[in-house]
Amino acid sequence: MYETTYHKAGSVAEAASLMANADDGKFLGGGQTLLPTMKQRLAAPSDLVDVTKIADMKGISANGDGVTIGAATTHYEVSTSDLVKQKLPGLASLAGGIGDPAVRHMGTMGGSISNNDPAADYPAALVALGATVVTSKRELVAEDFFTGMFETALEEDEIVVAIKFPGAAASAYAKYPNPASRYAMAGVFVAKASDGSVKVAVTGAGQNGVFRMSAMETALSGNFSPDAVAGIAPDANDLLSDIHGSAAYRANLVTVMAKRAVQKA
Amino acid sequence: MAVEGIGARALRKEDKRFITGKGRYTDDMTMPGMGHAAFVRSPHAHAKVKGIDASAALEMPGVDAVLTGDQLVGDGIGNLICGWMIHSKDGSPMKMGGWRALEPEIVRHVGQAVAVVVADTQAQARDAADAVIVDYEELPAVIDPLAALESGAPQIHPEAEGNLIYDWEIGDEAATNAAFEKAAHVTRMEIHNNRLVPNAMEPRAALAGYDAAEEHYTLYTTSQNPHVARLVLSAFYNVAPENKLRVIAPDVGGGFGSKIYIYPEEMVCLWASKRVGRPVKWVSDRTEAFLTDAHGRDHRSEAELALDADNKILGLRVKTIANLGAYMSLFSSSVPTYLYATLLSGQYDIPAIHANVKTVYTNTTPVDAYRGAGRPEATYLLERIMETAAREVGLSPAEFRRKNFIRTFPHQTPVIMCYDAGDYDATLDAALKAADYDGFAARKAEAASRGKLRGIGLSCYIEACGIAPSAAVGSLGAGVGLWESAEVRVNPVGSIEVLTGSHSHGQGHETTFAQLISERFGLDTSAVSIVHGDTDKVQFGMGTYGSRSGAVGMSAIVKALDKVEAKAKKIAAHLMEASEGDIQIEGGELKVAGTDKKLTFTEVALAAYTAHNLPEGMEPGLKEGAFYDPTNFTFPAGTYVCEVEVDPDTGKTEVVNFVAADDFGNIINPMIVEGQVHGGITQGIGQALLENASYDENGQLLTASYMDYCMPRADDVPSYSLSTHVTACPGNPLGMKGCGEAGAIGSPPAVINAITDAIGDNSLSMPASPEKVWALYHAGVKQAAE
Repeated sequence: MYETTYHKAGSVAEAASLMANADDGKFLGGGQTLLPTMKQRLAAPSDLVDVTKIADMKGISANGDGVTIGAATTHYEVSTSDLVKQKLPGLASLAGGIGDPAVRHMGTMGGSISNNDPAADYPAALVALGATVVTSKRELVAEDFFTGMFETALEEDEIVVAIKFPGAAASAYAKYPNPASRYAMAGVFVAKASDGSVKVAVTGAGQNGVFRMSAMETALSGNFSPDAVAGIAPDANDLLSDIHGSAAYRANLVTVMAKRAVQKA
Repeated sequence: MAVEGIGARALRKEDKRFITGKGRYTDDMTMPGMGHAAFVRSPHAHAKVKGIDASAALEMPGVDAVLTGDQLVGDGIGNLICGWMIHSKDGSPMKMGGWRALEPEIVRHVGQAVAVVVADTQAQARDAADAVIVDYEELPAVIDPLAALESGAPQIHPEAEGNLIYDWEIGDEAATNAAFEKAAHVTRMEIHNNRLVPNAMEPRAALAGYDAAEEHYTLYTTSQNPHVARLVLSAFYNVAPENKLRVIAPDVGGGFGSKIYIYPEEMVCLWASKRVGRPVKWVSDRTEAFLTDAHGRDHRSEAELALDADNKILGLRVKTIANLGAYMSLFSSSVPTYLYATLLSGQYDIPAIHANVKTVYTNTTPVDAYRGAGRPEATYLLERIMETAAREVGLSPAEFRRKNFIRTFPHQTPVIMCYDAGDYDATLDAALKAADYDGFAARKAEAASRGKLRGIGLSCYIEACGIAPSAAVGSLGAGVGLWESAEVRVNPVGSIEVLTGSHSHGQGHETTFAQLISERFGLDTSAVSIVHGDTDKVQFGMGTYGSRSGAVGMSAIVKALDKVEAKAKKIAAHLMEASEGDIQIEGGELKVAGTDKKLTFTEVALAAYTAHNLPEGMEPGLKEGAFYDPTNFTFPAGTYVCEVEVDPDTGKTEVVNFVAADDFGNIINPMIVEGQVHGGITQGIGQALLENASYDENGQLLTASYMDYCMPRADDVPSYSLSTHVTACPGNPLGMKGCGEAGAIGSPPAVINAITDAIGDNSLSMPASPEKVWALYHAGVKQAAE
């Protein structure tokens, strides 16, 4: 690891100001991707601004039919929250399957979505559930927040403060993990809104990160059953291909995981 | 602690310190004034080193020195060597290219070191290593071993024309060809044994110090064989004479073969400690381990099995190309020859075998022995083709094997080995019963009702342990003898230290070796200490690899114990005025048979050291040493049965049952043996399903971290069903065979035989990745529909 200076921010404003004064700073939100990257000397931020101790960014609260989750809330807290389990069981189950116990106790939802790893789990949940990302400057719908592989709409000094999830009639997530890293090779989140409309979002497989499967959404709106999506696959030309799985294999996994998510929902 | 002798499931004495974080590993060691080393490594698979500019690095904080290959060569440090001479079938010696610990001219694999930085802290050393500017001129690289043999392939070493190291053969070619001519059925297969990365939990490390006043070096290092390390460092690399070099291998966190060898980094630390004038520590990070620890396996073979009309085997013909990587590591030449092709007879009576092995240089990490070393490759080849032949001729794979078992011993195979004892029917029967082999059809049908494809596969392995008779291996080209040494020191109050040339890096020697003494003298195991791993404490020994510590290392201890016992009995007989033949040792006491006269072991030990009243002419003391040179290899064998369920939607394989029935000869500690089998099978399942060192066409290792290289985890494997059957090994005093590698040797073919049974496609290769299995299964379904 290269030398770096660690700062613990007490408020969102202080975090922004610490970042503004840093040469080449990075926000630290749990660090489960950033710290290993730094240990491998693949990232060398001059300053780390830790936002996980900011009280305003922590906790889970009811928000009408849905929930609002502070950006510094850990995956473990999301997965074990009675409120999340009751209102959005698919989200709780997804959080309980991220990484391993150490990652789930350190990693945060804000940190994960700000990094927008194309194989991370949360982006699929945010997009399918139609979540809104609340930042230190504005509110963005999830689909506008995620802009590409490791890319978000966040500006340099902009901090994710909370994520607002509307309620859902049903929600479930199924992922096929990479056998080595256990990141998603294909993760499909299926959400049925209270008005009956369905969203299907896919992570792990797309070349540009999370994407929606509108053909599956249409099929499921008419017939919310695994069979409805059995014949629908994404265009393999748009998918990732690597030593763990070709694009064609990933396309198959998207179909299979979609079926399993619908089955669970 | 208690008196826990042979056969006791004694808890491991060493686990208290391991489990509580009190182990003492090389990285836990410090020396006053110690600096830290970081290596500058090649990013290219093949390139000329045109220049090294260290000026910026030398200006950085804390930096003592940047040393290069020119300085190393200038100081007279020798090349790294391969210590086993193999001759090609035309009689010419193997073609070994030069390997320098820091390469001044041409780098031949990604990660090869060209310079080392020594600085006050590890972070400073690494920062400075980043600042060393190396001017490379890239050369074309060749990664695939078959491509490396083609004409026009990039030439890697001037010494090895066409990248061919040797073209070796074993067996009777004419007799084998004749067997094929009269065959009623011939099974042919191409078999690929995938390249693996050892991944010991503790990465390699070294701490070297030089005492200028004494002209003496001390090296702490992660070694399975510290005396061999000292010998090679002295005799070949010219670092220091043996009496001026102390090598200590303290607690070592796993080896699996990868810590047998002498690597550049450890040697450079020694050399640098004198040149820089301060102790130098280096600890490999995980990426360095992936790039520089010797890899394992990597064979491409063609195999043919000839059967007569009654399905008895007539002959086996094998052609293998083994990839040795960019340099010949210490024992690399022996692995695809005498540790591989000599096991191709398996458990079967095969009248004629011929194997041809070509080894090849490529621009990849060097390959050497890894858990099993050649024997997994032989077993995989033979057990895949046995299962395939049985399917082709329509026999049950179990019955086809049984039909061809060797049943009389000793049995001379056509490929050097002479099997001394075994009962292959017994382990096959035990495994089939434990696996409920006969009930498989019902389980398959039940799985099908859940949409799963269920398959079952067998593997009847044999291996050779207890390496090895020194004269025999010497005649085959080994540069060393493979005996073992022991010294048993009885202290004046009767506690015992056993100094052994074996080295424990996870095997539990501190427990099993103590059980041997506990058994012999009836002493509490807490009264016994096992001393190993320090060339200043322990007499010369050969170390631990090839499952040799029981059959060879403990046999040396038995020989020393025999001498101690004989002397103790003489003293006891003298003190109790009895005949030596009437002295019996029982429960920590020496008794005169048929009387109530007795002395405690402590009293006899004290008498030996006070020397007030010893038999006429007897030397004081109670300490004996022995060297044990085995007369033959030992031959552990057994049957493994694997049952899998494949998810046809994703191709994912779940190992739902795994049965192992092993014959390891006599067993000292069944719990430790089971642990060895668990670990071995898990590594074998890892090879079969998950692990693969994957390079791109430029020689970049794509699987250089755990994000991409898939090690087996607990949820990848089931609970195993284990049993043992004993045929005692007649070749050593304890009747032991060895258990350390069997699991890794026997399991991969069982897994692949089970998956190919499930999906109905026999072309599957390791690792059986979900995508591969999915694609083969669906291609088969599609073909069947057409």
